[in-house]
Amino acid sequence: MLLKGKAFVFGNDINTDYIISGKYKFKTLDMNELARHVMEDLDPDFYEKINKGDMIVAGSNFGCGSSREQAPLAIKHANISCVLASSFARIFYRNAINTGLPVIECDTSQIDDADVLEVDLQKGIVYNKTKSMEIPVTPLPDVMIKILRDGGLIQHFQKHGDFNFD
Amino acid sequence: MGKTISEKIFSQHSGEDVYAGDLVIARLDFVMGQDGTAPLAIHSFNEMGGKTLFDPSKVAFVIDHSAPSPLEGVSALHKLMREFSHDKKLLLYDIGDGVCHQLVPEQGHVVPGDLVVGADSHTCTYGAINVFSTGVGSTDLAAAMISGKLWFKVPETIQFRCEGILQPGVFSKDLILRIIGDISADGATYMAAEFTGEGIAQMEIEERFTIANMAIEMGAKAGLMEYDEKVEAWLSGRTQKTPRPVAPDPDARYHEVKIYDLRQLEPQVACPHTVDNVSPLQEVENLPIQQAFLGTCTNGRLLDLEVAARILSGKKISRDLRFIVAPASRAVYLEAMNRGIIQTLVEAGAAVVTPGCGPCVGTHNGVPSDGEVVLSTANRNFKGRMGNSKAFIYLASPATVAASALTGKITDPRSVLA
Ligand code: SF4
Repeated sequence: MLLKGKAFVFGNDINTDYIISGKYKFKTLDMNELARHVMEDLDPDFYEKINKGDMIVAGSNFGCGSSREQAPLAIKHANISCVLASSFARIFYRNAINTGLPVIECDTSQIDDADVLEVDLQKGIVYNKTKSMEIPVTPLPDVMIKILRDGGLIQHFQKHGDFNFD
Repeated sequence: MGKTISEKIFSQHSGEDVYAGDLVIARLDFVMGQDGTAPLAIHSFNEMGGKTLFDPSKVAFVIDHSAPSPLEGVSALHKLMREFSHDKKLLLYDIGDGVCHQLVPEQGHVVPGDLVVGADSHTCTYGAINVFSTGVGSTDLAAAMISGKLWFKVPETIQFRCEGILQPGVFSKDLILRIIGDISADGATYMAAEFTGEGIAQMEIEERFTIANMAIEMGAKAGLMEYDEKVEAWLSGRTQKTPRPVAPDPDARYHEVKIYDLRQLEPQVACPHTVDNVSPLQEVENLPIQQAFLGTCTNGRLLDLEVAARILSGKKISRDLRFIVAPASRAVYLEAMNRGIIQTLVEAGAAVVTPGCGPCVGTHNGVPSDGEVVLSTANRNFKGRMGNSKAFIYLASPATVAASALTGKITDPRSVLA
């Protein structure tokens, strides 16, 4: 699975209220509607700027705050192909894997806004095309790769009816 | 090799001898969802092909975040939760019953030694009574409702040793704010925290809940405390379940041990817009506020309302602000009425709203205006948290909030508690 897109760079501690404000999450389960408001408090036009495949790049503790799964879902439905951060908050990380949004832990300090990135999930490689450099990636635990391969936890349960990591 | 509380609970619930870093599939004793997360979990449950719950008596839904419903869309989600609960025979707490994290322990659903997940980040609250409880998302909740299990990475543990006892006018909220300020918002990510020592042993269970509740604000997976006579007394009459207390081994391995001297602690305030932006109250003293809020799963319990009533008794709040009070549960509300606490607060000028989350998460019940300053007993002050990204939220103890409601500016509670 090869992902390719432009980087949108954000800072540290991007919390779930920034990703999708609580005032929207209670209104609807329509993820395409929620997607329109992604990162709205940080950049009101963010949704309009995204081209399919683009990536969110952030510093440490991305996704801290509430357990709302609407956060990774809204990102996914906004056509973002993956999120790269130097670290993730634990619940967001789980939720992203469970909803099939690839999340990559790596040194993001060498990525600037609008850099073009290529990500090979299977091999665990991030390539910054604009800067012609490869960035080493912390590999995903096996359990997560299995869930992502099935397409998320929903698909994992559809397939196996229970947890199955054998 | 010795084990931490987490390592023991995960070993017991996975049937394997596990340590920090191991991945386990563990059996769950209780699972919970609220109205911000349960609707999506129902959706996932159906998509997964779920038919029945692993055990309906171990699953609860709580309608607390946006309760009563302020909007048609929310009403539809609440209806979905009610219908699903009825159909699957799970426990439903409806509007007015209270905040999920007050109800789950208060109603006796969890006991020491349990492993619990809730689709809400502050599920870590029950660590105060020796329960490993942690927040998950809606899809995890759906998988847990079907299978009664979930995968976990056994966390490393940071131990906070609390020596000495708090001075009058200084509360457990001040302590946890100071700790978060020191360790930062991601200082304990992927880890569990254990809080121990004389300082914790001296605290009432309600005060301990405040600390465990905020463990997530430093990124921790759980905020654990040991079992003692106070936990035993608190549980008696609340539950039919048998506690299985878990203590850490003396030779357990910790990622780090931090020592706090509670005697030295002064009142603290978290400033906008992050919880770890903590200053001693002195540094923000006299800042004018337009709204004060007493409530939430952090500080909406009886002791919290009681200390506020003690400060406000026979007095009137400043005319320059609004003071909103949300009791953490129906039981708290009733007891506070019995003791005249609600009467005192209302006479002082408080607006009491339905037990539940109140204005904490910005869905209704007190959205601040542009540029306004709010002083709140909640656990989060993110930009936009209370429904307006142009407002400024400060966090403090119930005593600080009550003292400040009196003057209309941030006020040291020690000046009025004397
Ligand atoms: S009171 Fe606030 S922090 Fe607690 S569960 Fe409700 S919204 Fe979350």
